[in-house]
Amino acid sequence: MKEERSSALGSKIKQLNFGLLLLVTIMCGIGVAMLYSAANGNMTPWAERHIQRYLVGLILIIVIALIDLRFLLRCAYLLYALNLILLIAVELIGDIGMGAQRWIDLHFIKLQPSEFMKIVLVIALARYFHGRTVEEVVRPIYLLIPILMVLGPVILVMRQPDLGTAGMILLGGGIIFFLAGVKIWKFVTLIIIAVISIPIAWQFLLDYQKRRILIFLNPEIDPLGAGYHLFQSKIALGSGGLFGKGFLNGSQSHLNFLPEKQTDFVFTMLAEEFGLMGGLTVIILFMGIISYGYIISFFIQSQFGRLLTLGMTATIFLYVFINIGMVMGIVPIVGVPLPFVSYGGTALLASMSAIGFIINCYVHRNLKISRFSAGLD
Amino acid sequence: MKNKRDQKIKELITRRTLILAGGKLTLFSILAGRLYYLQVIDSDKYKTLSENNQFNVELLPPIRGRILDRQGVPLALNKDNFRVEIIPERAKNIGNTLDKLGKIIEIDRSNLKRVLSEIKLKRSFVPIPVVDNLTWEEVSSVAINTPYLPGIRVDVGRSRSYPFKENAVHITGYVAAVSHNEQMGDPLLELPDFRVGKSGIEKAFDKNMRGVGTQQQVEVNAFGRVVRRLPSEGRKTGDDVKLTIDMRLQTFLNQRLSEGNSLSMSVDDPRVIAALRDGQRLPPEIHPTTGSVNINKSNKITIPESGAAVVMDAFNGDILAMTSTPGFDPNQFNDGLTAKDWERLLANPRSPMTNKAIAGQYSPGSTFKMVVCLAALEAGVWNEQKRINCPGYLDLGDSRFHCWKQHGHGWVDMVGAIEQSCDVYLYEVAKKLGIERIGNMARRFGFGEKLNIELPGESKGLVPTEKWKRSTLGKSWHQGETLITSIGQGFILCTPLQMAVMTARLINGGRAVKPKLLKLEGERNQFGPSLKLNPGHLKIVMEGMNRVTNGSQGTARKVQNPSSKFNFGGKSGSVQVKRISLNDRLTGKIKNEDRPWKERDHAMFVAYAPIKSPRYVTSVVVEHGGGGSTMAAPIARDILEQTMRLDPSRF
Repeated sequence: MKEERSSALGSKIKQLNFGLLLLVTIMCGIGVAMLYSAANGNMTPWAERHIQRYLVGLILIIVIALIDLRFLLRCAYLLYALNLILLIAVELIGDIGMGAQRWIDLHFIKLQPSEFMKIVLVIALARYFHGRTVEEVVRPIYLLIPILMVLGPVILVMRQPDLGTAGMILLGGGIIFFLAGVKIWKFVTLIIIAVISIPIAWQFLLDYQKRRILIFLNPEIDPLGAGYHLFQSKIALGSGGLFGKGFLNGSQSHLNFLPEKQTDFVFTMLAEEFGLMGGLTVIILFMGIISYGYIISFFIQSQFGRLLTLGMTATIFLYVFINIGMVMGIVPIVGVPLPFVSYGGTALLASMSAIGFIINCYVHRNLKISRFSAGLD
Repeated sequence: MKNKRDQKIKELITRRTLILAGGKLTLFSILAGRLYYLQVIDSDKYKTLSENNQFNVELLPPIRGRILDRQGVPLALNKDNFRVEIIPERAKNIGNTLDKLGKIIEIDRSNLKRVLSEIKLKRSFVPIPVVDNLTWEEVSSVAINTPYLPGIRVDVGRSRSYPFKENAVHITGYVAAVSHNEQMGDPLLELPDFRVGKSGIEKAFDKNMRGVGTQQQVEVNAFGRVVRRLPSEGRKTGDDVKLTIDMRLQTFLNQRLSEGNSLSMSVDDPRVIAALRDGQRLPPEIHPTTGSVNINKSNKITIPESGAAVVMDAFNGDILAMTSTPGFDPNQFNDGLTAKDWERLLANPRSPMTNKAIAGQYSPGSTFKMVVCLAALEAGVWNEQKRINCPGYLDLGDSRFHCWKQHGHGWVDMVGAIEQSCDVYLYEVAKKLGIERIGNMARRFGFGEKLNIELPGESKGLVPTEKWKRSTLGKSWHQGETLITSIGQGFILCTPLQMAVMTARLINGGRAVKPKLLKLEGERNQFGPSLKLNPGHLKIVMEGMNRVTNGSQGTARKVQNPSSKFNFGGKSGSVQVKRISLNDRLTGKIKNEDRPWKERDHAMFVAYAPIKSPRYVTSVVVEHGGGGSTMAAPIARDILEQTMRLDPSRF
């Protein structure tokens, strides 16, 4: 019995998707290089810790990858509930950081539950739609619960207030809905309703959020104030040119014109120092990671696994697209990090665990899970 | 059934997966396209913006040109100004560091307060000056201790220095920080350390001496901290200005005039004892300035006289020395004067800020008599041999015009009238001559118009005419006023410089010499056009001037030093500031010593030397100095003697 289990474990390890792991490692390596540059050629304070976190993340990926998919299916709602409790806890005991309540200080790590919610919501929604047939999904009554599952955390995160993460959770949820077969017209209706309700929602936004959106729409209105970040970011990118200014030579970054260069604007620094070639390389590498997710999804037998893989892939895509889009001025600046590259513990662990779940699904691709086997039956 | 349903779901998910993948691919393409747009198509624009970010242009001020005397001695130069600065971010403990610094060099309390408040206001990497103008000893003791003074550094700036202090202040003028209304768009003027000329040569030739600044590119970070400086070229030092002044003579002139003689008192004078006890201040009736008391070598109190003096080459117009007393130390304006010192300068009744030599306007008094005599001789209304009996007064209508000598000079001719400065003789001359002809001759001698010396603030004086009186005062001219004008009193006004020019034109053979301060290399002497005066007439008045100092009745005969070979000629003048009332005459209160300082006569003297083939002229005005021959003449004598000794025109 014990032998059987260990041999199962051994075969599982052999099943691990090493190509994907390699891509993630390359991305983290790029991250280390950029953080080294951001500190003007020093391993401290960022690059060294990034390596440590990467190693922790690697273990996390492997641990997650080896968990039985069925067990995960069973735990899905529990995980969701726990994460929701943490989000509420942030409301109550969270530290004030960066003008927004986002952290719980556990003394060894500052936990951002909202970051994990992006992952956990995908698991919970995949769990929910795993038990639903096409006919059921068509009926609005069956959509009520998952909509609440999405809106709960979105509202909590917006209250923090963290517009970027809230938007990501909403979009991530929406993608699962779409994949699960919710009719297109329902999305269209929802978008129309959303557009109509924009003026109402506008009232509830905080001043700095309103300003950010306004400045996004027209950055010229405030080149020295809130528009400064975007403007400087565009200068950094544009001045990088085709081949960049060279490693450690990004004048915009090193002379501190670029804000938050180790976190949200790390792509800008990369593209300033390595130019269009560097930027495209990073985009292509991310496309590689995302393609992996899509290719894997075709091999997966279970609906839960498929939705999970595609959901995680979508989450990583959203991270990448929003981050790169915002530093280039095609998405509002909302504070979303670049996965594997940006400095920040929670975000790195969250995106690496997303990879862990994708690999998990790959490892368990041949597992068939009955649509009713999830529950207590 | 179940398989079919699963199949259906699978197909749906696959379809949607493909749609989603296509969407994501599209979005990635948009990112790539945007990146291409920013980094390739729009790259040039952003490269420029990046350089603008990266580099600030800093102005390097030029080095200001110097002011030199005729022999190249600098009157104004730039000297290294060593100062101690603190960079707050490098000091671990600012209070502690300043305490330690305070043990090495003196930092006064108000200065310390300023430093601490500036530290709060400025960014922590901006150096804040603590103490300026350090001596070498102070610099080295701070430098030795820098390891124990974190955040302290010694910096070298440039500051304007006037080594002769107040001795040439009214010629050099001074520089000071640019005032708000002087900022006319030149970015140089906006530099906090930039100085512009505020008076004198510094002002008149400010543009020439300023030089050309240059722009230096400085790499800065987002907070404005300088990261690197790039080398720059194109800075041009300002032009030096070379003057006709001989600084040795200038110093002598200033000190001799300041010293005066009538107001020096013995230290055992009870008023002086009281003054010394009382914080070294003399009572206002003797010494109205707030300045302190100086005790000279011969144990006398000296009070700087208020006056002006000019020494000039009568042929080429070179101003060899020119001073106005009291002066002030121009160095103190460089770093900014305290409000208290500034008010004190302005409040001083002896007006140290004014260059009295060119801006002070005085009646010429009896020094004007030569001009009147020349006019009479030229007009043919008078003969130099004509003798007049002076009873001490002349009656004209209801008015009685007094001679300075109460009981009169008796019979005098023209030479004698100049020698003894007989007023009644001149009254008689003037009665025949009329104001118009007096005025015309005065103008030929340089009165009534600016002489256009190369200094700002020149006054033009006043030559009164009937027309002038009618248009400005609305009254008609009285003959009595002609008489008053003939002895250089009344409306007529001139500057000490004009008096020197008048004297020069008298002794140089009647050439319209113009004064000049700028010594241009390779310039040929210009003697000026002839005034077309009869040489014989000039000889007559010069004989009069000779007799003033050498004649048996000369007003300044006692001034001659019998033990010296030096000889000179001249003319004294005493200008009434306050009309002497009949009551004063009756009570005998006409002596200067009995009147308050402000009501005493101005003492004047114009002189020339050597007596044969004259070359140098001087004019001396001592405000409220009393008699010209007693107060101003000894000063003029010493000045000319010194001038002859130095003979600056050789250079």
